Amino acid sequence: MPKHELILLKNMMQPGYTGSLQDYEKTGGYQAVRNTFGKVAPADVTTMVRKSGLRGRGGAGFPTGVKWGFLPKDYQGPRYLCCNADESEPGTFKDRQLMERDPHQVLEGILLACYAIGAETAYIYIRGEMVLGSRILEQAINEARAAGYIGKNILGTGIHADVWVHRGAGAYICGEETALLESLEGKRGLPRIKPPFPATHGLYNKPTVVNNVETLANLPHILNRGPEWFAAIGSPPKSTGTRVFCVSGHVKRPGNYEVPMGITIRELVYEHAGGMRSDKPLKAIIPGGASAPFLTPAHLDVKLDFEHVATAGSMLGSGGVTVMEEGTSMVWAALRLMEFFYHESCGKCSPCREGSSWLVQTLRRILAKRGRMQDLETLLDLCKNIAGRTVCAFGDAEVAPIQSTLKHWRQEYVDLIHEAEAANLIRPEPVGAKHERFS
Amino acid sequence: MCSVNARSVERPDRRLDKGMCGGTVLKDKYGKEIDEILSRYPVKRSALIPLLYVAQRDQGYVSEAVMQEIARLLGLTPPQVYETVTFYTMFNLKPVGKFHIQVCKSLMCALVGSDTMIGWIKTKLGIAPGESTTDGLFTLSAVECLAACGTGPMMQINEDYYEQVTEDKLNRILADLRSTGTSALKSGPFMWPEPTPAERAREA
Repeated sequence: MPKHELILLKNMMQPGYTGSLQDYEKTGGYQAVRNTFGKVAPADVTTMVRKSGLRGRGGAGFPTGVKWGFLPKDYQGPRYLCCNADESEPGTFKDRQLMERDPHQVLEGILLACYAIGAETAYIYIRGEMVLGSRILEQAINEARAAGYIGKNILGTGIHADVWVHRGAGAYICGEETALLESLEGKRGLPRIKPPFPATHGLYNKPTVVNNVETLANLPHILNRGPEWFAAIGSPPKSTGTRVFCVSGHVKRPGNYEVPMGITIRELVYEHAGGMRSDKPLKAIIPGGASAPFLTPAHLDVKLDFEHVATAGSMLGSGGVTVMEEGTSMVWAALRLMEFFYHESCGKCSPCREGSSWLVQTLRRILAKRGRMQDLETLLDLCKNIAGRTVCAFGDAEVAPIQSTLKHWRQEYVDLIHEAEAANLIRPEPVGAKHERFS
Repeated sequence: MCSVNARSVERPDRRLDKGMCGGTVLKDKYGKEIDEILSRYPVKRSALIPLLYVAQRDQGYVSEAVMQEIARLLGLTPPQVYETVTFYTMFNLKPVGKFHIQVCKSLMCALVGSDTMIGWIKTKLGIAPGESTTDGLFTLSAVECLAACGTGPMMQINEDYYEQVTEDKLNRILADLRSTGTSALKSGPFMWPEPTPAERAREA
């Protein structure tokens, strides 16, 4: 199927590739470390990454080189790199594959980032459930340490960089970079108020960079083949390189597909993922994980890059593309996502903590055909009072499914409410109704 | 039962029973591993989650006594440990079955049948989410996204993922677990879709 060159998934496509150090070195692995450490100035590495146009693959899409540039130049104490492997966004499962199948590619990226920002310690914050992934990474770190790529005086260059795997313990919010840092410090994963940004006050209040797994995995290739090569791939100038899109839902071949940014949703769904699984036509698409607003079949020709998806009213986010076929209830889909957000709200900010619970209860009522017409206004009103009023972007994310389904499929909500009215099922809420808990 | 409660400091009658909670069970048993974990971090508190994992691996859940011990090991107050433990869903505060089945119920898995799968488990084991079988073998939980959306419906049993579960596969997994304690049907290093030979050849 792929007519383009694979970058990140290339190695693991080789027959018999196990992801061991030996296999990785055979494909040119750790060449970037050899050619860069002590030979290219760290500031030049940052410049190359900036020139490549690489943007964060975790969700926000912030330019990586620019992020590194925010670190204070004259700071003498320790600096830290955190690899964000807390892949928890519903719809996203790319980092898992990158770590479990080609761990050294990620480690080499981590080492290069450490070198560029002057960090001597890196922590890989991997989500707690991925026990296998953490074991594979730890084994890879041991291999790399034995070969002299990790530890003190790497390859005799006098540069130190140590890498540790730190397992999270099942909290979605710890994918938010400041919550990740809190969690790494052994606390509850509550996002911090920014500013100050992690670049100046991060882990243990020291300058820190947090980068996603996929972002880091791109670094060896950028340094080996040059920023110009990378900048020409995809949809330049603003969305360069490839993206590993995770396709899930009602398609024939769900899974991870690495494609240049800028291909259309139609190409991804119908050519790569094999099209719809049955003869039911496509009804809805989430282009960037649970936090991204839903799109309709009218958006099939939207290009999958940061700008075009944003113009279409959604976001590219973490690259999790979920496809739903005709017949899927959008109220039900919104509720399922809302239950996720309700469960995962960290509870720091009242609008998100209380609002998510209200949204779930209102949606449940509508879906159970006990809704009233004014519920729709209540939903929108709640959304308006959550988005933009919280410490982190979680608040904006949790209202996306409701706002977008109400925008595109309002009639489904209205129909359910009409049914409720027709069946005369509306009863007053029981007095002192117990606040619902969900398992 | 000793209580990890801040008030116990002011209330002598509720002060912890030293004999019960002053133990060094974890330190005695896993001293070397604990030292190794502590060496990774410049600030001791960072080792909290890793140490809780050690405790949970040992007992299957995190008891109050062990929280006390970890607090002492890290120079924290018991409430500092308790507040952290209760934030994270992966720590069990009470014993769970030998096999903890966690089924993903988020939208992406629900689209491909996770609700049906929970139904199968309910019928086969006679337990609803949040319950354990009377023989103490299985506990069922319905959880949020486990990052296997392309290979749903899926579940995690203890440390292992089981993906693209069908009713037949579920039967075999449960039978395997009952007889041998593990199952060969668990996921290995993740890659999906598996490339076809033609695709592999193109990249070689």
